[in-house]
Amino acid sequence: MEPGRINESDAERLDRLFRSESARAIATLARIFGDFQRAEDAVQEAYIEALESWPLQGTPRNPAGWILSVARNRAIDQVRREKTATKKYDLLARLEGAAITDPMMTNDDAIEDDRLAMIFACAHPALAPETRVALTLRYAAGLTTEEIAAAFLVPLATLAQRLVRAKRKIVQSGIPFSVPAPAKMPERLGDVLAVAYLVFNEGYRSSQGGALVRVDLCRDALHLTRTLCRLMPGEPELLGLHALMLFHHARRATRVNDRGEAAPLEEQDRERWDVVAIAQGRAALEEAARHRHPGPYQLQATIAAAHATAPSWDATDWPGIRRAYDALYALDPSPVVALNRAVALAFSGEYDSAMREIDALLAGPLAGYTPAMIAKADLLRRGGALAEARGWFERTMPLLGTAAERAIVERRIAECATS
Amino acid sequence: MKYACLIYDDGVPTTDEAEQRQIHADYMALYQDGLKSGSIVVGEGLDRTDTATTVRVRDGKRATTDGPYAETKEVLAGFFIVDVPTLDEALDFAAKIPSAKWGSVEVRPLWSPGE
Repeated sequence: MEPGRINESDAERLDRLFRSESARAIATLARIFGDFQRAEDAVQEAYIEALESWPLQGTPRNPAGWILSVARNRAIDQVRREKTATKKYDLLARLEGAAITDPMMTNDDAIEDDRLAMIFACAHPALAPETRVALTLRYAAGLTTEEIAAAFLVPLATLAQRLVRAKRKIVQSGIPFSVPAPAKMPERLGDVLAVAYLVFNEGYRSSQGGALVRVDLCRDALHLTRTLCRLMPGEPELLGLHALMLFHHARRATRVNDRGEAAPLEEQDRERWDVVAIAQGRAALEEAARHRHPGPYQLQATIAAAHATAPSWDATDWPGIRRAYDALYALDPSPVVALNRAVALAFSGEYDSAMREIDALLAGPLAGYTPAMIAKADLLRRGGALAEARGWFERTMPLLGTAAERAIVERRIAECATS
Repeated sequence: MKYACLIYDDGVPTTDEAEQRQIHADYMALYQDGLKSGSIVVGEGLDRTDTATTVRVRDGKRATTDGPYAETKEVLAGFFIVDVPTLDEALDFAAKIPSAKWGSVEVRPLWSPGE
């Protein structure tokens, strides 16, 4: 390779690696400066240096350490040049005292702690939920502002402004860059997991809508939970969420069929499910179960596992799924869980009581809720009440968000009409 | 960092004297603990809003009106200034304020001039 020149894919790889490894440098420098922007500016200078030196000398064995070391040196140069900074010498002392690790060493604990601290700061409950998602994608997953704006269909200026305000709030309001104390951990980890699941679901939803998005939010969310599983071993709900997302992700190739319809689970080609992801999901779920501390993510993963590992639709363990929904409902007695439990009840052979439950939900908390209407329509169709089923399918049509969802419901309407 | 914990509520939620005494005791315990640990800089309760007077100066002229700045159900009832390491400790303190159970506590860092 010609020195100093790299081809496009190498440049992209360097770009992504650099961004995903920058979290520690930004976290450390932001803490010292009390200012995100100066931290990012210093890291940007390190990026320019990486573009020159990594292709020639090879990627450092500890990219995060390399970035912090170079960014810190650039920050020191910058502060030295400043004439007016009132706290110049204090700042220099703190920059020079920053723990720097050998960039040639592999990852060390200090880096991992800072990475974790950044994730917890981004998901802090004092920030608005949509802001937590944007911050996490930007500073924990290393996406660009443009990529995040595109993924969430938000104008770039709006998202940039949201990030600026959030960074100001983190610094000005004193949101800590630290791993929460053990007593706070369950609650704060719950906030982080909620962000990861939001990111995953957004990716899952948009992939079905046929939105042409360069970033794969599902992969980013999985990368985040995988990193967390490594940094925080033995957290059952974290393992449960990681498993849950893996089971969903394993079915990604079959979720929309050749006709562009949202393919019902029943019709999906199980041969095309990702066996590696399913195996990883099972391993994570088994590890979670060893802690004997069940929670909502583990129970949802148990349900997803039952589907992902069933050899066929007919061989699905419906009683097992129903038991998991019963346990989930005990922890989270929400109408949506009640709906899913009712569907599992129907497939376990208790059609009439399932229908009564769904009717009660549609008459109450889930009135006008599309998945409940679809569930009723589908059970009616399966029970042979085709005219009534058709009516319910037709009522959902104006409410459906994606073309793939409309396509499958259109087919159902036609099936109910012709039979 | 210094934070203001601004307490908003619409009065003590009970007419039971024993319960009112308990709320007062909870406030005093929080105040004494905070003073001892050094986290509380100052803490005060405010008198009822019908004792308030609002002042505005417009074009150099002072206008005085009877009553609070805004007529709302939940009013500023008191405040603490605390000095703690991060927002997390400030939020923990706010959650211990008895009024948080029936009103709300707004936590804001004190403004400090930029460097």
